[in-house]
Amino acid sequence: MSAELKGFLLVAVLKILVVFTAINVGVMMVIWLERRASAWMQDRLGPNRVGPEGVLQSVADGLKNILKEETFPVVGADRLLFFLAPAMSFVPALLTFSVVPFAAPLPGFDVTLPLLGRFTYTGPISMVVADLPIGFLFIMAISSLGVYGIVLAGWSSGNKYALLGGIRSSAQMVSYEIALGLSLVAVLLVAGNVTLSDVVAMQQRSVWFVFALTVGFVLFVVAAFAETNRLPFDLPEAEAELITGYHTEYSSMKFSMFFIAEYSAMMTMSALMATLFFGGWDIPFTPWDEQGPPSVGRTLATLGVFFVKMNVFVFTYIWIRWTVPRFRFDQLMQLGWKIMIPVALAYIVVVATTVYTLEALGWEVGPTYGLVLFGVNAVLLGALLFGLDHERLILGARQRARMAA
Amino acid sequence: MTEVVFWSFSGAAIVAAFLCVTRRSPVAAALWLIVTLFSIAALFVVLDAQFIAALQVLVYAGAIMVLFLFVIMLLNLGRGGPSDLRGAWGKLVAAGLGAVLVVELWAVRAVAPADHLQLPPGAMARMSEERGPVGVITDALFREYLIPFEITSMLLLAAIVGAVVLAKRRL
Repeated sequence: MSAELKGFLLVAVLKILVVFTAINVGVMMVIWLERRASAWMQDRLGPNRVGPEGVLQSVADGLKNILKEETFPVVGADRLLFFLAPAMSFVPALLTFSVVPFAAPLPGFDVTLPLLGRFTYTGPISMVVADLPIGFLFIMAISSLGVYGIVLAGWSSGNKYALLGGIRSSAQMVSYEIALGLSLVAVLLVAGNVTLSDVVAMQQRSVWFVFALTVGFVLFVVAAFAETNRLPFDLPEAEAELITGYHTEYSSMKFSMFFIAEYSAMMTMSALMATLFFGGWDIPFTPWDEQGPPSVGRTLATLGVFFVKMNVFVFTYIWIRWTVPRFRFDQLMQLGWKIMIPVALAYIVVVATTVYTLEALGWEVGPTYGLVLFGVNAVLLGALLFGLDHERLILGARQRARMAA
Repeated sequence: MTEVVFWSFSGAAIVAAFLCVTRRSPVAAALWLIVTLFSIAALFVVLDAQFIAALQVLVYAGAIMVLFLFVIMLLNLGRGGPSDLRGAWGKLVAAGLGAVLVVELWAVRAVAPADHLQLPPGAMARMSEERGPVGVITDALFREYLIPFEITSMLLLAAIVGAVVLAKRRL
C-alpha cells in the first residue's frame, strides 16, 4: 500500500469517526440542553442531579434504556418492520451530516509512524466527510428517506394512534419537502453551484445569504421545522390527541433511537441553516480565515465559529418549542400548500430576474451585489408580512390590544 | 472495483424487483420496490451521473413511494390478501407474456445501439468535469430540449387536473 493511499484512508476514517462521535455526543448534550432550557423557560429546575448541572443525565438515560425490558405489540403488528423502523429513521439522520463543511481546511502531512510506515497527504484536507459534487441535493435525497422510519413504525405497530401518526407524518413531510427544496433553489441561483463548500466560498466573497436571500431563509426555517417534526409542527406525535403518535408502542432502546434520529436531524438542519445562510465556518469582518495557506489554528478558530452558529439554531429550535403552540392539521396543510409553495415559487422568479439583471449589467459578485439583493428582499419581506399577511398569521400590537380589551 | 459495485447493485435491483412482484402484502412489495429504485440510483452513480442518482432517490424513493405507502395505509390494504392471478388461464397468459419479455431482452442484448446514440468513452466524465454534474443535465434539458420538456410538464399538469376532476365527481 502506497503512502498516499494510507494517508487518504487514515484521513477518511478519522473524519468519519470524529463526525459520527461528535453527532452522537452532541445529541446527548442537546437532549440535556433541551430539558434544562425547557425547565428554565417554565421556571422549574429540570434534570440537575447526575454530574455537574445534570450534564450526564442523558448517559444515565441511555444506560437505563439499554437495560430496560423490551415489549412488542402482539395483535396486528408486523414484527420485522417493527424491528427495522427505528434503524430506518436513525441511519438517514446520521448520514446527512456527511456533506456539511464544518471548518477551514487543515494542512496536509507527511509522517512516518513506527510499525505502520509512512503516511502522506498532499494539499489541504477539506473539513467535510464527503465533498460530494451534488452537495445539498444529497441532503435533500437522504433526508427524504427519513420519513420511512416514522411511517413504518406507525404502520407496523398495529395501533390506531400510531398509524394516524405515521399517516400524518407522510403527508406533512412530503408537503414541506417541496417548500424546502424550492427555498433552496434561490440559494442555487445566487451561488451557481450545489456543493456546500462553493456556497460557503460565495458567501465569503459577497455577504451572508441571510441578507441576500432573507425570504428564502424564512421559508427554509419554517420548512425545516416541519421536516424535523418539531413544534409547532410536531403533528405526528401530538401527544394531546395521539398518545405519542408513531412511537407509542416502542420501548427501551428502540424508543431512544427515534429520539436520537430526531435530535440529529435537528442538528443537521441547524448546521444547514448556518452553512447556507450564515456563512458556514466563515468568520465575519475578516479575510484572515480564507486567505493564505491552511493552518491548524485557523481550522480550530473556524470550527469554533461554526459550532457557535449551529448551536444558536439548535437553541432556537428549543426556544420556539415553548413559544408557539401546535398547529391544527388543516392549518399545517394550508400553510404548506397555500402559502409556502406559492410564495417560494414567486420568490424564485424574483431572485432569478434580479440575478439575471445584475449579470446583464455586468456586476461582479461582491458586497454591493449582495446588498442589492438584500434591498429586494427587504421590500419583499415587508410586502409579505404587512400586505399579504394582513395581521392574520402574525398579530400586530394593535390587534392584540383589541383582543385583550 | 467499479465492476464489483455495478454487479452487486444490479444484482440487488433484480432480486428486489423479483421480490416486489412476488410478495402478497402490498407494504412489503412497496418496500422492495424502494430497494430496487435505490439500487438503480447507485448504478447511476457508477455511471458518473450523480445528479440523476440524487433525483432518483429524491423523487422516486423519497416522494412517490411515500405516497404509495400513504395510500396503502389510508385504504388499510396493508395485510396480504389472495393473489390477483386466478385460474389456469390467468397464469398461462402471465407466463406467456413473461416469456415474450425475456426473449425481447435477449434480442436487445444482441443488437448494438446505433453509433449516433453512443457517446465516445469518457465523454460523460469529461463533460461533468467541465460543467459539474448538474450542469450536464440541465444544459441539455433547458437549452436543446426545452420545448419537449415544457410539453411533458403540460402533460403532467393535465394529468393532475384530470385526476382531481375524476376524484371530485365521485365525492
